[in-house]
Amino acid sequence: MNARAIFAIARKDLKVVSQNKNIITPIIIIAVLFFIIFPWGTGLVPTLLHGFSGTVDTLEGFLAKMPGNMRYELAGYTVSQQLFIVMLVYMMLPFFLIIPLMIASMFAADSFAGEKERKTLEALLYTPTTDRELFIAKMLSGWLASIALALVGFVVYAINVNAAAWSQMHRIFFPNAMWVVMILWVVPALAALGVSLMVVVSARAQGFQDANQMAGLVVLPIVALFYAQMAGAIFLNITTMLFMGLVIWLLAGALIWLGSRGFHRNRLLAG
Amino acid sequence: MNTNVISINQLTRNFKETVAVDNLSLEVKSGEIFGFLGHNGAGKTTTVRLLNGVIEPTAGSMRVLGLDPQVDGPVLRNRTGVLTETPSLDDRLTAWEILAVYADLYGVPRKAVRSRIQELLAEFDLADRANEKVGGYSKGMRQRLALARALLHKPELIFLDEATSGLDPVSAHHVNELVERMARREGCTVFMCTHNLVEAQRLCDRVAILEHGRLVALGTPTELTRQYVRRLEVEIEVEEEQTEAALNMLRNMPQLVVGEPTKPNGAIVVTVKERNSIPDVLASMVMSHVRVYRMAPQEANLEQVYFTLHEEKEGV
Repeated sequence: MNARAIFAIARKDLKVVSQNKNIITPIIIIAVLFFIIFPWGTGLVPTLLHGFSGTVDTLEGFLAKMPGNMRYELAGYTVSQQLFIVMLVYMMLPFFLIIPLMIASMFAADSFAGEKERKTLEALLYTPTTDRELFIAKMLSGWLASIALALVGFVVYAINVNAAAWSQMHRIFFPNAMWVVMILWVVPALAALGVSLMVVVSARAQGFQDANQMAGLVVLPIVALFYAQMAGAIFLNITTMLFMGLVIWLLAGALIWLGSRGFHRNRLLAG
Repeated sequence: MNTNVISINQLTRNFKETVAVDNLSLEVKSGEIFGFLGHNGAGKTTTVRLLNGVIEPTAGSMRVLGLDPQVDGPVLRNRTGVLTETPSLDDRLTAWEILAVYADLYGVPRKAVRSRIQELLAEFDLADRANEKVGGYSKGMRQRLALARALLHKPELIFLDEATSGLDPVSAHHVNELVERMARREGCTVFMCTHNLVEAQRLCDRVAILEHGRLVALGTPTELTRQYVRRLEVEIEVEEEQTEAALNMLRNMPQLVVGEPTKPNGAIVVTVKERNSIPDVLASMVMSHVRVYRMAPQEANLEQVYFTLHEEKEGV
């Protein structure tokens, strides 16, 4: 493996994609929405609802539907505090997973399809890089960008969550161990799964938009996870996160192995 | 110029129903400038891709620099440079950034990267705008940058796919000078795909003409003109008052002259059937007391070869 060539392609892709407004604008909008507006919006809820009769009963009813494990963890908190913990710690967690997956998918969608569209692919194919190096290099840029932005987003989110909830919580309560497991274990796995899937799709697509449409479908399992948690069907804790991460890593590993074996530059130009 | 740098044997490449390269066999010798001529879709770019191991052949075999492109693609591509038909440059990067990326891809020694890039930017007259985004470059600048990129790693064999297409005459001349210098001084072998027959005639040691993926002619430009151009245009300047008489006389020589003589710029232009007819035409005019001041046969060129072959193929 020629690491120098792999990192050169990944660096180039990061530089090119980071200047692409079609990719960067939605990422910025979603990041601001999730990491800043959502925690502060949640922080305002108790104040806005104060005085509305029946609201506390409604919230208590909602929390009563949560799985037993969650109710156990929320014991001892006021209703407002419970709302913060449920919304910002538990409900946000699957949503947070959408961010790295989306970034990874968008970067990866651009990998080959974007190069085809910009007519820059052919020169790359004439270089001494092997097919496997090319495949890995194209995955690497999306994977690195995804993890870097997820980490930055995590820090920004943590600051905003603690600041927004300070009036109710009176202490730094975020992140908890489950979020640390998610950031260090699940996010890299999910990003790897997203990029490997999308690089395979991108190699077969004619343009970025074709490939990007598929990127939208990649986030559907995460949306399902969110609704399952919202409905109380599942409860995400450290054990489930570790298990989920393991399954995703295995899937990503299999997809990378299959993708790199089936990837031939011949097919990018043929036809 | 003895060893074969490229040996192609019955190479075929199909794309579904289309035969892009059809049973092609040829050899390119070390240090020569080899012209690969053909109209759009003749199979030139496909051949370049095959020779660099970027696509696989449907049938046949080839050796490039002693290597099999299908087996040793990465090793081979480290010894070849390719200027693609479109410059294939990222508009969002600067010339320096592009060359730095490709220096890494071609394994240019790290310590030599900076000096090599500076050398090429100066050589291709891009040093002043090295840190500007390529999106703002003119077509000529982009083509020069693409050529600089193809030469970064000092390849032994360079493929130029329409290197001067769309360039202004000055830029085209500059590129051609560089190509000639690479081959003549630095011993690099050049495989040049082109539509430009004048350029091919001037630069190439040998040319191959491709028609619908098939090789229809191969040889030096002189060999090909001798072989394929049988008709010859001759410009004749006569006493002005005798022009009409000379035209009438020439019209009555169907055994020597083809078609109708014309008089585009004062001088008479006739097409003779073969070179041997020229003295007979002159003798007839002198015997008819036509005062001939000048008789200039136009040298046959690749353009005539190309159109002769094309007409034969199309049954014109």
